[in-house]
Amino acid sequence: MTAYLLNRLITGLATLLVASLVVFAVLEVLPGDPARLMLGMNATPDAVEALREQMGLNQPVPLRYLDWIGGMLSLDLGKSYTYSVPVLDLVKERVAVSLPLAVIALVLSVAIAIPVGAFAAQRRGRAGDTLSMGAAQIGVAVPNFWFALILIYIFAVWLRLVPAGGFPGWSAGVWPALKALILPAIALALPQAAILARVTRSSLVEVLGEDFIRTARAKGLPFDRVLWRHALRNALIPVVTIVGLQFSFLLAGTIIIENVFYLPGLGRLIFQAITQRDLIVVESVVMLLVASVIVVNLLVDLSYAVVDPRLRAR
Amino acid sequence: MKRWTTFVAAAAMAIAASTTAFAARTDLVLGMVLEPPHLDPTAGAAAAIREVVYANVFEGLTRIGPSGEVLPALAESWTVSDDGKVYTFKLHSGVKFHDGSDFGADDVKFSLDRARAADSTNAQKGLFEAIDTVEVVDPTTVKVTLKHPQGAFLYNMGWGDAVIVSPKSADTNKEKPIGTGPFKFDSWARGSSIKLAKSDSYWGEPVQLDKAEFRIIPDASAALPALLSGDVQAFPNMPVGDSLPQIQADPRFKVVIGSTEGETILTMNNKKPPFDNLKVRQAISRALDRQAIIDGASTGLGTPIGSHFSPANKDYIDLTGTYPHDIAKAKELLKEAGLENGFKTTLKLPPPTYARDGGQVIASELREIGIDAEIIPLEWADWLKQVFTDKDYDLTIVSHVEPNDIGIYARKDYYFNYDSPAFDKVMRDLDLTTDETKRSELYGEAQKILAQDAPVGFLFELPKIGVWDAKIEGLWENAPIPANDLTKVKWVD
Repeated sequence: MTAYLLNRLITGLATLLVASLVVFAVLEVLPGDPARLMLGMNATPDAVEALREQMGLNQPVPLRYLDWIGGMLSLDLGKSYTYSVPVLDLVKERVAVSLPLAVIALVLSVAIAIPVGAFAAQRRGRAGDTLSMGAAQIGVAVPNFWFALILIYIFAVWLRLVPAGGFPGWSAGVWPALKALILPAIALALPQAAILARVTRSSLVEVLGEDFIRTARAKGLPFDRVLWRHALRNALIPVVTIVGLQFSFLLAGTIIIENVFYLPGLGRLIFQAITQRDLIVVESVVMLLVASVIVVNLLVDLSYAVVDPRLRAR
Repeated sequence: MKRWTTFVAAAAMAIAASTTAFAARTDLVLGMVLEPPHLDPTAGAAAAIREVVYANVFEGLTRIGPSGEVLPALAESWTVSDDGKVYTFKLHSGVKFHDGSDFGADDVKFSLDRARAADSTNAQKGLFEAIDTVEVVDPTTVKVTLKHPQGAFLYNMGWGDAVIVSPKSADTNKEKPIGTGPFKFDSWARGSSIKLAKSDSYWGEPVQLDKAEFRIIPDASAALPALLSGDVQAFPNMPVGDSLPQIQADPRFKVVIGSTEGETILTMNNKKPPFDNLKVRQAISRALDRQAIIDGASTGLGTPIGSHFSPANKDYIDLTGTYPHDIAKAKELLKEAGLENGFKTTLKLPPPTYARDGGQVIASELREIGIDAEIIPLEWADWLKQVFTDKDYDLTIVSHVEPNDIGIYARKDYYFNYDSPAFDKVMRDLDLTTDETKRSELYGEAQKILAQDAPVGFLFELPKIGVWDAKIEGLWENAPIPANDLTKVKWVD
C-alpha cells in the first residue's frame, strides 16, 4: 500500500510538472498583450510599454517560468495582472463558491441517481424502468442552462423564494449563501444524476445476473436486501468512477451555470482571465485544477479498495 | 386586554405612519455586464471602471454632465489667459478624501504630473500632452500652463482618466479607491458585486442614496430574470436582445433609449490595395444599407451616421447622404477602379454582438457588389494584436467609444492607415482655437472631409438601452462619457 501511494505521489508530481510546462507554453504563444488590453485602443505606446515593465512582461521567458514555479512552491501564486490582488486570494474567494456548489450538486446527484437506478434495475423491462430511464434520457439530453432558466423563472421570478442569481458571500450568513446555491446546484445535479442513474442501473442489472445473487436469493434473503446489501455494493465501482469524473467537472466546468446565475465561481474566473490575458491567474488556476483532479482520482482509486476488498491486496 | 389592543393598534399606526414618511428607498442595485478589472480610472481603459467610480467616487477639476457639457467639479471656477495657454483653477475648500486627508492644490499637481510622467500607465496619456507645467499657487489655487493653446483642455480634464487622486492612496486605488466624491467605496466581492456607500463628509450637495451596489451579470439571459425578480432595479446599459418589447410593455419599468459616443464603423485598411483606392472605398460605402445593418447588429436601435461624430453632439452634421445606399452605383465605381469582377477579402470581427451580427449583414451586402469577404471571428486580445497593433487586416468592425474622438483620423501610424493632410490641418487648427463658433465650424469641416474620403464605412452610433424601475429618477439617459452618475438619483413614489 505504501509503495502504491508513493508511486502515485511521484506520478502526480510528474504530471504537475508537465502540466505547468504545457500551460506556460500555450499561454506564451497565445496572441495578445495584457498591457494593451488593459489600456485600450487610445493608449500611447509609451504608456503600454510602462505597464508591460510594471507587469514584469519584459523579462525573458525562462526567467518568468522559473519565477512562477518558484513562487508556487512557496505558495505565492503572484499577483493578478487585471485585478492586481494576490492570485491566492482570488482563488480562495472562488473556491468558497465552487467547492460548496460542487459538493451540494454531487450529493444531490448521488441522492437522486442511486435510488432511481436501483428502482429501474429492480423493475427491469417493466413500466417503472421505462419511465425512470425515459426521464433520465431527457435529463441527459436537455442542456443544464435551460433547466437553470426554467428554475429561475419558477422559483425566483414567479414564487420569489430565492434570488435569481448572484452570491452574497458566506459573510452574509450561511442560509442566504446556501439559498443562492440551491438553484444552481439543482440545475447542475439533474443532468449529472441522469447519467449516474443510467450507469447505476446498467451496472446493477449486470450484477443481478451473477451467480452469487441467485445463491443469496436461494438462501431465502428478501430481494430488497439482496439488492441493497449485495448487488449494489458490487455494482458501485463504475458508479464511483463516474462520480469522481463528475466532481472534477463540477469544480471548474460549470461556467455556463455560473454565468446564468452570475455566481463568482472558478469557471468564470478562468474564462475571464483567459479573455483578459491575465496569464498569471490562468496558469495558477489551471495548476490548481490539475492538482485537484489528481487528488480526486487518487481518492477514487482508494475508494475502490473500500468498496471491493479484493483490490486491497494489490 | 383592552389596553393591549389599544397599544397594538397605536403601535401599528405608528409603524404605518413612519413607513409612509420614510417610504422613499435609499438603496439601489444596478446591473452591469462586464466587471471592471480594477477601480482606478487613471490606470486602465475599461469603461466598466468609470461606470462605477466616475462622479460617484472620484472627481476631477471639471466634470462632464449628462449632455456632454463641461461643468465645474473640484475646481469651482477658472480663468484662462488671453493667449489660451494659462489656466488658473480656483479649488473648493474644505474638501476631504474618503480616508480623511485634506484635498488641496498639491493633490492636483500630483495627479496631473503623475498622469503625464514618463512611467505613467494612464490609458489616455494623450489628454495631458499639452500640459507644460502645473504650479501650486496657494492651497486652493492651481496654475496649469500649456505648451500651446488647446481648445478641448477643460473637456479633457473632465475625463475619468483625469480625476484627482491623493498621493497616499494612488497606488492602492485599484483595489480600494479613495476619492473625493459623494460616495465612498465599501466593498468588492470579485466576480459578484461592488458596493458604494454615501460619504458623510462630502463637500457638495449630499446624495439621496445611502447605498449603491453594482452587480455583475455577464449573461444576457440572466439580465431579464434579475430585473423581473427585483434583485436588480436598474440596468443602465442592458443587454436586452429580443426581450425589449416585453420590458417596454411592463409598467413597472422605464425603458430609455439614449445615445452613446460609440461610432460603429467598418474600418478599411487604407494603405492596403484595393482599399487605398478612393473609388473602392466609395463603392463599399454605397453597398452598405445602414438600416439593415442596424436591424441586424443592434435589434433596430441606433442612429445611422455618415461621419465620425456623435449625433448627440451639438456640432454634429448629418452626412448620411454623402454616399447613399446604391448597388448599381457601387458596381459602377468598382468597374471604374478596374475591379468589375469584384475581389476576395477578409472581415475580422471582435467579440461584441454588434460586430459579429453586423458582420454577417455587411458580408452579404458586399457580396451583392461582387466582394467576397471571408469572416474571421477574433477574441479581443487577438483583435488588438492582429488588427489594431500589427495592422494585419483588410476590413473590420468596431465601435470607437471614446467621446469626441474624431482626432484619431489624424493619428500617424493608427490602424486605419489613413493619411489626409487636409484633415490633419483642421485638427491642428482645432487645437489652437478656443472660440466656440470657430470650433463648431472646424468640427463641421472635419466631419465633411471624412465623409467624402470614406476612410471607413460609417455605420451607426451605438445605442444606450437603459432599463430601470419606474420609480427611479435621475439616471442618465445618454452616455456622453462612460459613467453611471448616481449623484442625482433618487426613488420617488
